[in-house]
Amino acid sequence: MKNTFTREHLTYLRGLRTRKILIHIAQAGVLVLILGFWELAAQLGWIDSFITSSPSRVWKTLVELIRNGTLWHHMGVSTLETLAGFAIGTVLGYVVAVILWWNTFLKDVFEPYIVVLNSLPKIALGPIIIIWAGTGKASIITMAVLISVVITTITILNGFLATDKEKALLLRSMGANRLQIFTKLVAPANVPTLMATLKINVGMAWIGSIMGEYLVSKEGLGYLLVYGSQVFRLDLVMTCTVVLCALAGVMYALVALLEKIVIKRY
Amino acid sequence: MKVLELKDVSKIFYTKTQETQAVSHLSFDVNDGEFVAIIGPSGCGKTTILSLVCKLLAPTSGTVTISGDDRVGYMLQRDQLFEWRTIEKNVYLGLEIMRKLTPENKAYACELLKKYGLWEFRKHYPSELSGGMRQRAALIRTLATNPDLLLLDEPFSALDFQTRLEVCDDVYAIIRKEQKTALLVTHDISEAISLADRIIVLTPRPATVLAIHEPKLDAPSPLKRRESPDFSKQFELLHKYLHGEKI
Repeated sequence: MKNTFTREHLTYLRGLRTRKILIHIAQAGVLVLILGFWELAAQLGWIDSFITSSPSRVWKTLVELIRNGTLWHHMGVSTLETLAGFAIGTVLGYVVAVILWWNTFLKDVFEPYIVVLNSLPKIALGPIIIIWAGTGKASIITMAVLISVVITTITILNGFLATDKEKALLLRSMGANRLQIFTKLVAPANVPTLMATLKINVGMAWIGSIMGEYLVSKEGLGYLLVYGSQVFRLDLVMTCTVVLCALAGVMYALVALLEKIVIKRY
Repeated sequence: MKVLELKDVSKIFYTKTQETQAVSHLSFDVNDGEFVAIIGPSGCGKTTILSLVCKLLAPTSGTVTISGDDRVGYMLQRDQLFEWRTIEKNVYLGLEIMRKLTPENKAYACELLKKYGLWEFRKHYPSELSGGMRQRAALIRTLATNPDLLLLDEPFSALDFQTRLEVCDDVYAIIRKEQKTALLVTHDISEAISLADRIIVLTPRPATVLAIHEPKLDAPSPLKRRESPDFSKQFELLHKYLHGEKI
């Protein structure tokens, strides 16, 4: 098959590549344009850089935070909390989905509760969490877990329930029990669902941990954000926001990479 | 010897608003080595009968008896190969479920793969195979557990016409070669005539036996049977049965 492309085919492939490169250039261009305009407006005094900060001031703050080590500390704290919330929320949500798939009676019993929990703004539980779990990391992780767990259960359970009935019939005709139907069919058939859930949960866990830090913490990027706004250091606020964007982006990219590796066969 | 015997079997389904009698006082049997087809108007309860035979459903009354150790292999409309398993692993599925994945049984499954031209494809995934080959792989998966009775639920209906004729020939040849007993349900009259030794015609729901017909076409394969001069006469006869005309 190799090296047997016709000239027309090669032209077509070149076209595809050119388009891809153009998209990348344009994407970078948008960023450069925004940063450039922001910097220019600040330099020329169109906007008050005390309130809006500017790319150069963000950069200066970033270098300073890296030099004195604060950035690594706060980044580490937030990332760990997020990862913990992400892992616990996903595993717990998956386990609950398995239980509800296994026992349809329980599923019917808990359905309205899950619907209510899903619609409830989890931040409303903040005060309760603080009282029950204290003002430390436990509260923040609990918040991240709460935000990711319900949506995980709902998404995974829907995937389980939508698994091909004919394939289940085939397994039952072979004499399969419920455990075998789960391990041989339902779990592998829903690997794509799990991957989609992981992608959702990256965002959910970050929302949870930053919101948790707003509420209680003495460290982490969320704390730094709140602190920065309270002392009116917008350079710090902007820098933290940029760092958060980068962290969430990296974590999402890692999950997307995992999906690409795992999903080939499913 | 009788491999399967249904005696006065009835099946009633209940829903909130009504009860539906799917099968009523149905009796028939299938002998060892025989290829029996069941035809009936659509929605007459054919699939219910197969579910009763492989004990996925219990009859409301009457008995279903399978000789030997109750080993039944079910082949569905679509091949239902698992996309995340290689052909080899798909073929082992039944053995895994029955916890009989012994070296001997594996060897038997491999022998089937070799005999029917899928050995080179054993490490391939289903998506890499043609529709006909997939259906053959599904048949080998069914045969790997060495069932006494094969149940075929319109196994060719998901294929296009040309492929269907080929796969039909293919499946018939394999079933004959392995000397299996088979029970096919279909709504396709020509398929039933070209495959079966005996055709059981069912009434509309609730299903019961309307007539039993033996094609007695002396041809070596389904395709050759379709070419036989008697074929269209039999087709007309069964067509009349199905449309409720008294003969």
